[in-house]
Amino acid sequence: MDLKGRGALITGGSKGLGAALAEELARAGARVAIVARGAGELEQVARRIRAAGFEAHAVPGDVGDKRAVHGIAGAAAALVGPIEVLVHAASTLGPTPLRLLLDTDCEDLEAVLQTNLVGPFRLTKIVAGAMALRGSGLVVHVSSDAAVGAYPRWGAYSVSKAALDHLGRMWAAELSSEGVRFFSVDPGEMDTQMHAAAMPEADRAALARPRDVARRIARLIADAGRIENGARLQIGEAA
Amino acid sequence: MKPATWPRDDALGERLLHLDPASGSLRDARIADLPALLRRGDVLVVNDAATLPASLLGHAENGASVEARLVGELPDGSFRAVLFGPGDWRTPTEHRAPPPVLRTGDRLSFGELSAAVLRVSPVSPRLVELRFEQPHDRLWPLLYRFGRPVQYSYAKAPLEPWHVQVPYASQPWAAEMPSAGRPLRWEVLLALRQRGVAVASITHAAGLSSTGDPVLDAVLPLPERFAVPAPAADAVARARAAGGRVVAVGTTVVRALEGAALRNGGRLLASAGETDLVVGPGYRPAIVDGLLTGVHEKGASHYALLHAFAPAGLLERAHEHSERNGYLTHEFGDSWLLL
Repeated sequence: MDLKGRGALITGGSKGLGAALAEELARAGARVAIVARGAGELEQVARRIRAAGFEAHAVPGDVGDKRAVHGIAGAAAALVGPIEVLVHAASTLGPTPLRLLLDTDCEDLEAVLQTNLVGPFRLTKIVAGAMALRGSGLVVHVSSDAAVGAYPRWGAYSVSKAALDHLGRMWAAELSSEGVRFFSVDPGEMDTQMHAAAMPEADRAALARPRDVARRIARLIADAGRIENGARLQIGEAA
Repeated sequence: MKPATWPRDDALGERLLHLDPASGSLRDARIADLPALLRRGDVLVVNDAATLPASLLGHAENGASVEARLVGELPDGSFRAVLFGPGDWRTPTEHRAPPPVLRTGDRLSFGELSAAVLRVSPVSPRLVELRFEQPHDRLWPLLYRFGRPVQYSYAKAPLEPWHVQVPYASQPWAAEMPSAGRPLRWEVLLALRQRGVAVASITHAAGLSSTGDPVLDAVLPLPERFAVPAPAADAVARARAAGGRVVAVGTTVVRALEGAALRNGGRLLASAGETDLVVGPGYRPAIVDGLLTGVHEKGASHYALLHAFAPAGLLERAHEHSERNGYLTHEFGDSWLLL
């Protein structure tokens, strides 16, 4: 997929992998809209991308908020044209330090599912209908190894990512015939604020840099036509 | 006829009256029956415009209340808008108070949005062009924060953004939902494609259906922006070449396809621009063979357009039949297929 001139919407675009990915896609010629709750930080990322000579727009909003998602999709499409690439990079761990399931409040699990699962479902539902009519489009879910491994204390996040992986497979099963593509990608462990919140004791030097991982995901996006629809991919530690 | 006052749960079960202009027959059906009414080789063309949160409540500089209903964005980034005085959708538009007297340069504020009046139309002081003072980048997120869907007094409660989107909405161009496509669930669209019926999309900036100002209503629809992309033009060409029929979903699609063809000597090519084409009795469509539309009352401007697709006698009978059988009107209502 040649990204030149194509509209791309990236959630979780104010930091970490989302911000790095926005920059990579903009460099590849995409017209990028980035979404996150914090307007200030988000605008800084957009400004940085524009200063480098590429196109990026900040669309502040919470993907876990039912009332916000139509505004996110609508404002993004008004600014960058029809959304042809949608990347769900926004996610939350829930309360940190991470808790055992028996210590996890049901409301906290619900809030994690809203942001990590229901939010992406709502946004894809708004955007993918037009993709299916056009007969093309790509949706990427950023996953985690916690989607497949059961690590104590990662419960809420872990189940949300497992469900998100399967959501991608379900979308693919229903929309493959209409030319809409989906994949999930496990970026591996990266040196991000989120990683620090989950594992403050980790050796940061051993972690991958979001920018390097973003480059590899941008290549996957460019090659999406060759990836099995609904696949779950892994970016190795050698990112 | 009675209006549908709220979206219904079972779109596939909504009623569909099939008017066959060739035989003059009427047949009651459901939206779920649509695939069976079309043939392999036909093309169904929908309007994929997302619906703007086009109603903004705010104030003039002297504090007077104003509602602006955005009709559409103009090529220079300003917006055409219809203004109302105090009140909201709960008051029928024809009973709404007029807006304060405004001149070029006056400012209006809507929450964190502000706009200057660029021009007041000579047709009616309610029709203006507004330039928002926020840069394009900030304007759109703010529009979604402070705007609400345009709605009318027959609705039973305030509408949310998700009530007014078609199931394949893309760019937010429409002041009101291109509602003929509202009941087309993907269950139906996929069944149509499986049957060999092509489904293609154009984008048309559907404007306001009513302003309550008789002078202004008489000039509706105003010129509207459209885009017919190459895949839609190709799908129409393929259908026509193979003897298939071109079925427009909604009057906005008729306007876009016929308007685009008129600019190219009757041939439909990929194109974009504004169209001021008004389709009514006596108009012979160059491209569109049939129409899926909402159920309209006889006086409405949309009803006049139907005469381009069916003789007056059949429309008259369909209207009586719909009334007698409890068909519902307006954007959440039932449908007619003229084919």
